[in-house]
Amino acid sequence: MPLIQTKEGPSGWHRRTSRQEWIRFFAYFLLVILVVFCWQVMTERTLWGFVLDAPRQAADIGARMWPPRWKLLDRLWPPLIETIHIATLGTALAGLIAVPLAFLAASNTTPSRRFIQPIALLLIVASRSINSLIWGLLLVTIVGPGPLAGILAIALRSIGFIGKLLYEGIEEVSIKPIEALQATGVSRLQVIDYGVVPQVMPTLVAISLFRWEINIRESTVLGLVGAGGIGLLLESAMSRLAWPEVTLILMAILVTVILSEWVSARARRHII
Amino acid sequence: MPLVYSTMGMAASGSAPTWRRPPLFAHAWQKWGTLLVILAYMVWATDSVNVNWERVAEGFGRTVRFLEGFMRPDFSLRGSDIWIGLQESLTMTVTSTVAGVLLSVPFRLGAARNIAPAPVYFFCRSVIAFSRTLQEVLIAIFFVALFGFGTFSGFLTLTISKLGFLGKLLAEDIEEIDAAPLEAIRSTGAGWWQVVNYAVWPQIFPRLAGLSAYRFDINFRESAVVGIVGAGGIGGTLNTAMDRYEYDSAAAILIIILIVLATEYSSGFIRRQIQ
Repeated sequence: MPLIQTKEGPSGWHRRTSRQEWIRFFAYFLLVILVVFCWQVMTERTLWGFVLDAPRQAADIGARMWPPRWKLLDRLWPPLIETIHIATLGTALAGLIAVPLAFLAASNTTPSRRFIQPIALLLIVASRSINSLIWGLLLVTIVGPGPLAGILAIALRSIGFIGKLLYEGIEEVSIKPIEALQATGVSRLQVIDYGVVPQVMPTLVAISLFRWEINIRESTVLGLVGAGGIGLLLESAMSRLAWPEVTLILMAILVTVILSEWVSARARRHII
Repeated sequence: MPLVYSTMGMAASGSAPTWRRPPLFAHAWQKWGTLLVILAYMVWATDSVNVNWERVAEGFGRTVRFLEGFMRPDFSLRGSDIWIGLQESLTMTVTSTVAGVLLSVPFRLGAARNIAPAPVYFFCRSVIAFSRTLQEVLIAIFFVALFGFGTFSGFLTLTISKLGFLGKLLAEDIEEIDAAPLEAIRSTGAGWWQVVNYAVWPQIFPRLAGLSAYRFDINFRESAVVGIVGAGGIGGTLNTAMDRYEYDSAAAILIIILIVLATEYSSGFIRRQIQ
């Protein structure tokens, strides 16, 4: 229980000055205006009839989704394994490209700060900006539908992810072993080989495992744009409105994702 | 200048011991076994992923056209479509970021062990875990089926998928806050709301603002994707362009990269200002 209760008086305690209060109020006001404006623009073309219809649709689809079509289970294995292959090969390919790129991008290992570092950083950012599904969309038209497009899409997206985290790791390495090595008079490459690589190796393994787990999740939907994996089955089941099949495929995806998370978490704990 | 230089692995003449790099594996068979397993997997995986190389070779002609499209972006053909797509993506990003932050308030309070009762804690944690496991696109598919095509479904998808992300990180922050102010406010006899308002909120606000800014640019990237399944935004425009083999419009990707760069830079700026 409060001992002293004061009405808002001159001696009352305030968290902010009234000037700060006004600035905060104004900032929130602007934010609200922005959101309302965006909402207006966004919903301009929304057909509210469909939105209001949602509960009925949900009940309808829900009723059609159960029970799952278990018979599909034996046809599910090949695409499921393909999905895991896409994620693994994509991650491996990305790692192969991202490692040299990260060494070119990190300030303490780049051969040229003026020319090579900005290019490496630009490549990393460009790769990170585009989701693998969009890369897949482009690659399917280039290399044709199938798992190869998926692998390349996963790799293209992961290069930026692995590259960014790895070059940050490289920039944070302890300077002491490197100075010790330099004192022996070895070459630049040897400094990197004996001083930097051993320090960032655990980071690289952890990042790759983490990305692999994300890639499993992403490769399950790559089939929607034709880039192979279990997404293809999902796409075909949905376009036929075969909801019991959709249920089974979604369940399979969920189990795969949870398993991959478990595997990656265990492996990371084992290594680090 | 090196005083003494001895090549690795070469036995030094005389009795001087040579240094060897500590091995990664304790035994040689472990090393070769691991390599063999990796090699076997690679062979199996590349073999089972059948690739139509003729089709790939054929595609290289298109690569040239793609690159040409990137070099000379031509937005005259689908200019208005791209503009509408971008507009949808951006507005979706703003509204869903704000809605997601507001919606995650109860969850982030409920999922913090130090201020929530046990049943609430477990309920909130399991909702967060579930929304993290599902890919955004899968959620989008369902919302499109329920709410119809367009930005509204995309907005809902981005809002929901954000819940897990923000909720988890913030719940962990709340669990790590300094307990002293909490106790001090409690000892004045303040109620639960007052404790949250005066002791918890000021401690987590900088982090929340930073995460929201970060989430803004993630949401923009995602908004480019949900369009592929019909939930509005630039992804839909791209999908149509690709289906019609209009490679010039693919340069819209360049615009996406530029906007992502801009949002990333400004969200980094906001985070530095606040923290």
